[in-house]
Amino acid sequence: MGALLAELPALPLHEAGKYVAGAYIVVFALVLVYVAIMAVRLSRIERELGELLAQEHSAASMGHEASDPESTPA
Amino acid sequence: MSTVVPDRSSVSAGERTGASDGRAPGTFAVVRALLRKELLVELRTLESVPAMSLFSVTTFVVFHFALNRNSVDGDLAAGILWVTLLLAAILGVNRLFVADAEEGGFDGFLLAPVDRSAMLLAKALALLAYLLVLELVAVPAFGLLLLGPSLGQALPVLLGVLALGDLGIAAIGTLVAALAVRTRARDLLGPLLALPLLVPIAIGGARASSPLLALTHPGAPAARWLLTLGLYDLVFGLIAYALFDFLLED
Amino acid sequence: MYGKGLRALSISTVAVMAIALGLVFFYAPLEAEQGFLQKIFYVHVPLAIIALCGFVAGGIMAIQHLRTRDSRWDMRSYVAIHMSLIFAVATLITGSIWAKGSWGHWWVWSEPTLASFLIVFLLYGTYQPLRFSIEDPERQARYASVFAVTAGAFVPMNFIAVRLSTAYLHPRVLGSTSNLPPRMAVTFLVSLLGMALLYTTLCKYELTAKHTRAQLRALRRRAETRSGAEDASGAYARRPRSAAPSVAAPTIAAHTAGRPGV
Repeated sequence: MGALLAELPALPLHEAGKYVAGAYIVVFALVLVYVAIMAVRLSRIERELGELLAQEHSAASMGHEASDPESTPA
Repeated sequence: MSTVVPDRSSVSAGERTGASDGRAPGTFAVVRALLRKELLVELRTLESVPAMSLFSVTTFVVFHFALNRNSVDGDLAAGILWVTLLLAAILGVNRLFVADAEEGGFDGFLLAPVDRSAMLLAKALALLAYLLVLELVAVPAFGLLLLGPSLGQALPVLLGVLALGDLGIAAIGTLVAALAVRTRARDLLGPLLALPLLVPIAIGGARASSPLLALTHPGAPAARWLLTLGLYDLVFGLIAYALFDFLLED
Repeated sequence: MYGKGLRALSISTVAVMAIALGLVFFYAPLEAEQGFLQKIFYVHVPLAIIALCGFVAGGIMAIQHLRTRDSRWDMRSYVAIHMSLIFAVATLITGSIWAKGSWGHWWVWSEPTLASFLIVFLLYGTYQPLRFSIEDPERQARYASVFAVTAGAFVPMNFIAVRLSTAYLHPRVLGSTSNLPPRMAVTFLVSLLGMALLYTTLCKYELTAKHTRAQLRALRRRAETRSGAEDASGAYARRPRSAAPSVAAPTIAAHTAGRPGV
């Protein structure tokens, strides 16, 4: 372990560091943007699913009122 | 404007190729009949080839003014020649299937009991013919207007290299034309699809032509580039042949 | 069922990429010529390789679609190409940053990878407009598959052609992957694995999301027909034009047909 630590290159803070950081940050940012897009999509799916379930509930309750034996809601 | 009704001629092509006994005509006969129709239509309407030729000469003039050069040689000459040919080819590619799409030629062809790849072969051969005629105009014009060294000895080899590139341009151009013609933005998509696919032909063709057009010590094209061109032509010829059926299904 | 292996896949992606990052900054030796700047190599080259493989994979999936006419293959092909395009953009950006750090220019023609990727990017940039310009979904998928096969075959040939054209002209600006010292090679391979896992995870993620949307749509259609609001064709006509493929309803029927009591 000591040998490994001795081998660690000191992180140089000259010009190159900025470019390397920039490159890695760009990749990270792209992945994050994708995560954000998927999050928006997921919330939209959740909302639509909620609407559908509400429709099913109202349809089932109306069916009960009409004394029509309905299968249990999904 | 086209005055020929393509679907009628493709059905009669079937008759002319000996299908009267009920058997479907062979592919070679169909290709020959279709090619004949294409060339006849082009001869009568003179739609593509004069435009392509005129375009190439005009482009040379534009290059003269844009580059501010009286004569070019070597790499620069090869580049200008190939770029101009590619752009002129794209003009021809755009028009390749338009008449068929607009006047129902596809439907007539699909009804005939023939191998659909015959249409690909016929159109590709027609495009090849247009390109060769284009070069008969463009290369002398280039030699006259922009080229520094005289063509003389290098001309046959140059024409050979051009023909090799033309095979690839014809294969890719026909495939892209068929792909783009049934979409809404066919004039835009055709060039956009074709140009990147034609880049390796531009690379191979320009690199191969460059020694032929050199000012001092003109040499022969490097075998590496001829091989690249040939291989590219082969691969995309096969791919176009394999995929064309899928474009024609409806 | 698209989301089945997603959790395991994403966990392994995180693990491998974390290990890769550690290796890059604490294990791999500094390169003699370029020093610290060379570390970009471990993110730029794996991006490039995975993007290229992704484009070719998209072409292979398109072949499957043309053979089987199963729209799921078209969906996979679409997602693969889409993701590869994003990876290609990332390749171009990281390569440009590397070029700026090395040579002071944001673009260098003498690096064949960058030039090839620019051409590939320009080609695949037409994929989405092509899909969008065809309304009929079946024809859209078919034409897109023809394009994907052509472009997938183009990618390796373009790479070779561009590499040939720059070879004997300038030395490689950004370094090559051959003759790597062992510690660098290990780091590179782990980074490559991490990038491959990232690509697969994101594609699977995308496919699962699309599939869920399609199931939701089918459920909505069934609810509408059951309530007698509008017939199914009306709902279909209301759907806006889209460039993205969607899994067709028969998949839903296949799911429900096997379950008893539904």
